[in-house]
Amino acid sequence: MLGIEVIARDGSQRRIEAADSLSLMEALRDNGFDELLALCGGCCSCATCHVYVEEGAAELQQAGSEDENDLLDSSDHRRTNSRLSCQVMLGVECDRMVIRIAPAD
Amino acid sequence: MNDSDVVIVGAGHAGAQAAIALRQYGFTGVLTMIGREPEPPYERPPLSKEYFAREKTFERLYIRPPAFWGEKGVDLKLGVEVTAVDPAAKSLTLSDHSTVTYGKLIWAAGGDPRRLSCPGADLAGIHAVRTRADCDQLMGEIDGGVKIIVIVGGGYIGLEAAAVLTKLGCEVTLLEALPRVLARVAGPELSAFYEKEHRDHGVDLRTGAAIEGFVGEGRITGVKMTDGEVIRADAAIVGIGIIPAVGPLLAAGAAGGDGVHVDEFCRTSLPDVYAVGDCAAFACDFASGAFMRVESVQNANDQATCVAKAICGDEKPYRAFPWFWSNQYDLRLQTCGLNVGYDQTVLRGDPATRSFSVVYLKGGKVVALDCVNATKDYVQGRKLVEAAATTSLEQLADAEVPLKELLPVRPR
Repeated sequence: MLGIEVIARDGSQRRIEAADSLSLMEALRDNGFDELLALCGGCCSCATCHVYVEEGAAELQQAGSEDENDLLDSSDHRRTNSRLSCQVMLGVECDRMVIRIAPAD
Repeated sequence: MNDSDVVIVGAGHAGAQAAIALRQYGFTGVLTMIGREPEPPYERPPLSKEYFAREKTFERLYIRPPAFWGEKGVDLKLGVEVTAVDPAAKSLTLSDHSTVTYGKLIWAAGGDPRRLSCPGADLAGIHAVRTRADCDQLMGEIDGGVKIIVIVGGGYIGLEAAAVLTKLGCEVTLLEALPRVLARVAGPELSAFYEKEHRDHGVDLRTGAAIEGFVGEGRITGVKMTDGEVIRADAAIVGIGIIPAVGPLLAAGAAGGDGVHVDEFCRTSLPDVYAVGDCAAFACDFASGAFMRVESVQNANDQATCVAKAICGDEKPYRAFPWFWSNQYDLRLQTCGLNVGYDQTVLRGDPATRSFSVVYLKGGKVVALDCVNATKDYVQGRKLVEAAATTSLEQLADAEVPLKELLPVRPR
């Protein structure tokens, strides 16, 4: 299991544990972060699972594909460390990462 | 005193989101959700995509982990459905003959797959793709050797199923009664593109197809066409739309027809009864106020949130922006806006490159876009729809010109 620090929209911070076979979106959904809508279910078709990778490896802070990058551009709250959490596949490199749920668009 | 302060009928996307949002926005009353399937809420779109293709297990489709509902104080009544509504007594009768009284009712019952009434329509081996059970049954048959499959209906469900089945090595014939696939939801450019894609992937796709009936002894062995041809079939999928599940509401006197009618706050004509999702017909801002149902995850989710907020004291009209997606093969279609009543289309980019968009206009204004492997257009085009932009057709057609450059300049 991986440990991930999650900062919710209200600023509260909580550590969650997640299996490394899931996406970050699924881990957030399964751990009660209901503010993360993730409407398309994780197929990179919307931008409703937007998070910031506040601490973690550099490659985790960059969009993984052109589609993800384009979708992130639809957010008024895009930052350099923006990701769609459905596109972050959890692996050992994600252990102890710190993420923040982006504001709703 | 009511058995439940709020009762949600339906445990699909809309019902689930209504419950989630009620708790999220502070509702502390007794909350009951009634679903006719045995499973707690799960995502439906993957049934014709990743789940059907066995790329995702069912457990990954749960909208929330099964324990969530109990933890949030949502009393799930699964495997039962509402058979009658008594709006005066504010009481529901369920299929197990029990009754539940409500303070407020959120009707989120979705719909039933439309069935064919032709001869042989009740033979074994004819499937819908609406529920996990539908999907599991079909997957079980494929595991058991079913290989030759006829799909009736060239809408999104039929086309997505065709894409998965060809990938699984099945021989697929797709029959569409109208002159083109996606005829009710997209322009001819998109239809022509998807027809070619499916044919290139080996689907025997036939438009203008007239079915006389299904043939077989007990189980389907073929589909008989009106010209006498019999197309062999080990199984069939019928994907010809849904019939909104609103019978008990209409019988109780709610206004409606094709769906139950709701106002801009998602209220039906019955007191304290809301309706959301596939089954709710409303005057849609994004279709010039046309009365319609919108069958999408976006609409289900956003209407449910709208009602949950209203119940928690934050009542605002439903105005959420419509969007939709469909994945077939390696093609990602993203749609924004609604093309209802469009009078012009502009093709952006060359479909032969498998990355292009169709822009829909009405009275010179951009009302919707269908974007195939063109996420930039989807993201930027959405702003054109939101602005109801009027723009030069030449520039719109020029895929080299980013759509964001066509946005009207906002006065400062």
